[in-house]
Amino acid sequence: MYRYNDFDNAFVRERIRQFRAQVQRRIVGNLTEDEFKPLRLMNGLYLQLHAYMLRVAIPYGTLNAQKMRQLALIATRWDKGYGHFTTRQNIQYNWPKLSDVPDILEDLAVVQMHAIQTSGNTIRNVTADHFAGAAADEIEDPRPYAELIRQWSTDHPEFQFLPRKFKIAVTGSPHDRAVTRAHDIGLRMVRNGAGETGFEVIIGGGLGRTPIMGKVLRGFLPARDLLPYLEAIVSVYNLLGRRDNKYKARIKITVREHGIEAIRQRVETDFVLRRNSFAGADQALLNDIQNSFRPPVFIDAPVNSFDVARKNDPDFDMWVKTNLTGHKHPGYAIVTISLKTPGGTPGDATAQQMQVMAELAERNGHDELRVSHEQNIILPHIHKSHVPDVYNALHAVGLATANIGLVSDIIACPGMDYCALATARSIPIAQEIAARINELKLERDIGPLKIKISGCINACGHHHLGHIGILGLDRAGVENYQITLGGEATENAQLGERAGPGFAAREIVPAIERLIHAYLARRKNPSETFLETYRRLGLEPFKVALYGEGRTRHAA
Amino acid sequence: MSNHTTIMVVTANDLIDGDAVWLTPDKDWTRDIRKAETIENERAAQSRLGEAESHPGKVIGPYLAEVRHGPAGAEPVHFREIFRTRGPSNYPHGKQEIDPGVEAEIEAEIEERICVSV
Repeated sequence: MYRYNDFDNAFVRERIRQFRAQVQRRIVGNLTEDEFKPLRLMNGLYLQLHAYMLRVAIPYGTLNAQKMRQLALIATRWDKGYGHFTTRQNIQYNWPKLSDVPDILEDLAVVQMHAIQTSGNTIRNVTADHFAGAAADEIEDPRPYAELIRQWSTDHPEFQFLPRKFKIAVTGSPHDRAVTRAHDIGLRMVRNGAGETGFEVIIGGGLGRTPIMGKVLRGFLPARDLLPYLEAIVSVYNLLGRRDNKYKARIKITVREHGIEAIRQRVETDFVLRRNSFAGADQALLNDIQNSFRPPVFIDAPVNSFDVARKNDPDFDMWVKTNLTGHKHPGYAIVTISLKTPGGTPGDATAQQMQVMAELAERNGHDELRVSHEQNIILPHIHKSHVPDVYNALHAVGLATANIGLVSDIIACPGMDYCALATARSIPIAQEIAARINELKLERDIGPLKIKISGCINACGHHHLGHIGILGLDRAGVENYQITLGGEATENAQLGERAGPGFAAREIVPAIERLIHAYLARRKNPSETFLETYRRLGLEPFKVALYGEGRTRHAA
Repeated sequence: MSNHTTIMVVTANDLIDGDAVWLTPDKDWTRDIRKAETIENERAAQSRLGEAESHPGKVIGPYLAEVRHGPAGAEPVHFREIFRTRGPSNYPHGKQEIDPGVEAEIEAEIEERICVSV
């Protein structure tokens, strides 16, 4: 875990001091909302439907016990006793009072956290593979590079007023869990022929109203050139990106309008100039950072108790099958804690649950926790001999749902229950689908199936990348839900295809159920997944399941 | 020309806690939409909105929203505005926390208007 140095601490404290004064001036009427809005957004404070919302950065989704406990404390002290983990690996508090926010930021600073650049047209919180440092297939832990990017991009003077927000994701594994092709810049660690580590640099990806998969700008960028190269990309975008139309301002549109070749030429030219100005300072910094990310001292111990528990407790065994992933160190497992209890809100955790997760990380998990973009919490380093204890502790606070990667492990944005931009609700749809699947008792039989729900075209719920994607819209004053099929968020990322006209709120759950039954009836065998069946058969049979044979429904 | 008159209210969020509020006939802000001033004339609505914008110390982001007349006062028309009179659907937080009666009343509205088949 990276620890703030004196500079970081002073910077965060100074920013809070400034913001406290700004809030005060807003409250007494010396600042208008037009003047104050950019200032609050710089500090992660949004106005939503029923209250303000504070978005707290969790850099590359990494937490330790102390930080998680503080997030729990903030939820209790300043909010309604819970927090919402997001698809950007952040946490959002839904009920802060404007006058309390400077104090909340003080509480965050105590554990070296903040809400800076979680909004606005800047480089946002950098995201990373949630299994970083633990994944068996990893080339190298990507987090030192993510931390380097965080430090470089925080308050970067050239990039505080970009044409639009800018998101960077990093993965160190060939298996892409960071959705790098759906980011403004995606970095995939690769090795060249000489065995050196570098990055495949992807730019211009993004979802939203114009979903585009990123394109490779550079097949191999030596790791030491990372910052000057990133700076060249963002600088070229800063000059070329459109500021006349916010819907055409993201780099994906810049790439589309100018062509990847023209962008590449400009970036490479700019890069040569910038590289000289870095003069090794970034490499010295990276070295320091790498020391903060040394792997934990793994233990070697027998795993008999784990095997015995699996044999004796079928519920535990079921949970192990879905929620554990192979670890790079023998005897260890990566534990994914589902925040998708059927009937619950995807991504929400109560203060008590956060405290238990912190406790487990500290006691059995080498003091590490991660937030995944799929809105779950990861204990990346659990020795198998500790897994039964971890399971029991999670079970006691309602966190032992065994559904990772299954139908009820749904991504859902906050939707119109909280978000001022939303055009429809997402959370109740996720709740109803999960409840229905639970009733049907078919989840295990269905197997891997990712449902992703967004409450507007901005696509925070990644609906384009869901095997089944659901997009909530406002059609003539009624909530209406469009279905996309066949999306995928892995290294083979692909945008889903729109199935047809949307469904009313009351019709959407039965529609999803029909899709599932169509899959079960048509799969070659139980091991063929929904996505594989869809790829083999195409849209047609699923369209029939949704709309009926030979019937064309009228658009809502 | 349509014989349907659009009835408007001025709505905003409270500056400190962000809760939904509406402008009353005596130019104060209420958390109960039924007590809001209803305006049936576009020019008057714009003028009230202008006045509301001059209260920056009390509210944030005022705008005009359509309502209809109900037995107890103004009632929201669009589902977004219905939600703003109630709170989120996943927890009993927001206005429904303070006044559970609001929830029951609005629930009927939601059933009637949001879940209609299209």
